[in-house]
Amino acid sequence: MRKLLAITGNEAIAYAMKQINPDVVAAYPITPATEIVQIFSQYAADGEVNTEFVAVESEHSAMSATIGASAAGSRAMTATSSQGLALMWEMLYIASALRLPIVMPEVNRSLSAPINIHADHSDTMGARDSGWIQIYCENAQEAYDSLIQAVRIAEECLLPIMVTIDGFIISHAMEGVETFEDKDVQNFIGKYKPAHPLLDINHPITIGAIDFNDYYFEHKRSQIEAMNKVEPVILKIAQEFNKTFGRSYGLFEEYMMQDAETAIVVIGSTAGTAKVAVNNLRKQGKKVGLLRLRVFRPFPAEKLSKALSNLKAVAVLDRSTGLNAYAGPVCTEVASSLYTNSEKKPKILNYIYGLGGRDIFVEDIENVYKDLEKVVKTGRTENLINYIGVRE
Amino acid sequence: MPTLKELAKEQELLSGGHRLCAGCGASIAVRQVLLAAPKPLVVTSATGCLEVATTIFPYTAWEMPWMHSAFENAAATCSGIESAYESLKKQGRLPVDTKIYFITFGGDGGTYDIGLQSLSGAAERGHRMLYVCYNNQAYMNTGIQRSSATPKGGFTTTSPAGKVKPGKEQARKDLTEIMVAHNIPYVAQAVVGDWRDLTTKVQKALSKDGPSFINVLSPCRLGWGCAPEKTLQTGRIAVETCFWPLYEVDEGVHKLTYKPKEKKPIIEFLKLQDRFKHLLKAGNEALLAEIQEDIDKKWKKLLFLSGEKSE
Repeated sequence: MRKLLAITGNEAIAYAMKQINPDVVAAYPITPATEIVQIFSQYAADGEVNTEFVAVESEHSAMSATIGASAAGSRAMTATSSQGLALMWEMLYIASALRLPIVMPEVNRSLSAPINIHADHSDTMGARDSGWIQIYCENAQEAYDSLIQAVRIAEECLLPIMVTIDGFIISHAMEGVETFEDKDVQNFIGKYKPAHPLLDINHPITIGAIDFNDYYFEHKRSQIEAMNKVEPVILKIAQEFNKTFGRSYGLFEEYMMQDAETAIVVIGSTAGTAKVAVNNLRKQGKKVGLLRLRVFRPFPAEKLSKALSNLKAVAVLDRSTGLNAYAGPVCTEVASSLYTNSEKKPKILNYIYGLGGRDIFVEDIENVYKDLEKVVKTGRTENLINYIGVRE
Repeated sequence: MPTLKELAKEQELLSGGHRLCAGCGASIAVRQVLLAAPKPLVVTSATGCLEVATTIFPYTAWEMPWMHSAFENAAATCSGIESAYESLKKQGRLPVDTKIYFITFGGDGGTYDIGLQSLSGAAERGHRMLYVCYNNQAYMNTGIQRSSATPKGGFTTTSPAGKVKPGKEQARKDLTEIMVAHNIPYVAQAVVGDWRDLTTKVQKALSKDGPSFINVLSPCRLGWGCAPEKTLQTGRIAVETCFWPLYEVDEGVHKLTYKPKEKKPIIEFLKLQDRFKHLLKAGNEALLAEIQEDIDKKWKKLLFLSGEKSE
């Protein structure tokens, strides 16, 4: 029996973790991800999971212990946000290079300074080149569904994966989430069979050896290859998920894109707001569309540029800034993928929005479409970088 | 207490051919720990001399499952491995008759300094693991920089003796007593130079159903500037001068495991090593006296804690 629960994003993630029933969870509290750890520790205290719950003394140790547990041969998870992810930074690279299939929910929150607890994507965008697969979710339902798929993706690719939701906007907002039965989740994820567990004392292995200049490059090259092979695995597992549970996910979601002349590219919860704007403008006969990027790592450059190449103009919304005196991280990658993959190149605008949890409204997004219309009409972009809702 | 005969029959688990220096105290400590430990073992190491010199890809000197992840987190990494063991064991996914023992090695940099937090966390959480600090009193792997284990007056490349400074100005941190304050089942100080004392402590530590910590003073011929063939003697004179007393704290009870018949003056230890050479020059008498005073004070305190008569 499926159950429709009224739960928050954090609760949906904790519930999925309970059904995944990992062998080890090592975690540390941080706003706005604390509830995930808190709820999960209650499951452990009530004996509802087989998990060894390790309440570590920092996020650095959370990731270190998760790495140890995963290398040992167990299914290991943690959860974090913002500064916590930043403190893990060193260990993120080690998790991916040791090819450990760790699954980590991440609640997107801005980075200090100034200290701020609200949503933006600075934290995970800062970790975008750490060798982790990244899936950004629009809502609690998607977070629940994605976390279940993430276990399979990580274990098949032997790469760690983070599944993110926007802090407070999704983590603390209540939604209807359709949940599956424990046994159906267990059947879908299957039993974990690690290839080279450290605890296999009859086959001793050395993990984390030192490479000099005679081997380091080859090991990095094979890691690059591992990431190159992730895209079809995500699609295959999404297809299987759709067949089993009846919900479909891709690398990105196209909304009203078939005949669109202009479109917005966006990540995370703002897609919901943007869809309302698209609906409003469509009623006025405007040919506008929306592309919600879901998988940012690996970056689906070929498919994404194909989906955007027929547009006249596209606006990329970034909920973080690269502080590079150029453009936001999503925009730079979208732009470069068009440059390298497509003959046709729509005009591009970049909008930085929502830093530190600044709200974005339907009319803000309608104004972006108006800007795009102007660019199409004049054939000129005045500013590459634009800001939504900031006092100058 | 293991006999030499028994230990000699054990398989060496740190194989030869590794690239540690001739006369390295760390490798002697590690071999003795591994010989004495019950088996099977899973070993974790912090970044440091031991780790880089024993696992130069595609080679490894470790004859058991071994893992290194980073510098400051060996205890946290080991705590994750031990938690996985506990979880899988409870679920019946590991052979029931196998009990694995967990050992972590870290140098003093990775233990006293950058790894102190993760060590403290793992100790407080009560993971069943033995943490062995091979303490050579400085960052030797990066080229002899001061750590909080470096003794007062010691020369390192970041606490050099100069025209106005006589080497390291501060006293060493007492990590052994910091670990005692965690109220874990077993804490001890040992030395490279007394195999019987070290191996006995390893077996006691691993008989505990919880965390244990052994701080092993490990002479470093390069960083200390002592003769490679004098490693063991240098370690022993550290004990005879009470620069490094051998003791244990078993279930909270302090006990000396060796008491010098006659405490030798600290100069006997200092004069064997280049890192203290500058202290022997004229004008440093006051500092030498201060170093001796520090040692006397600490020794007196330890005698009191161990229920021994004051000298």
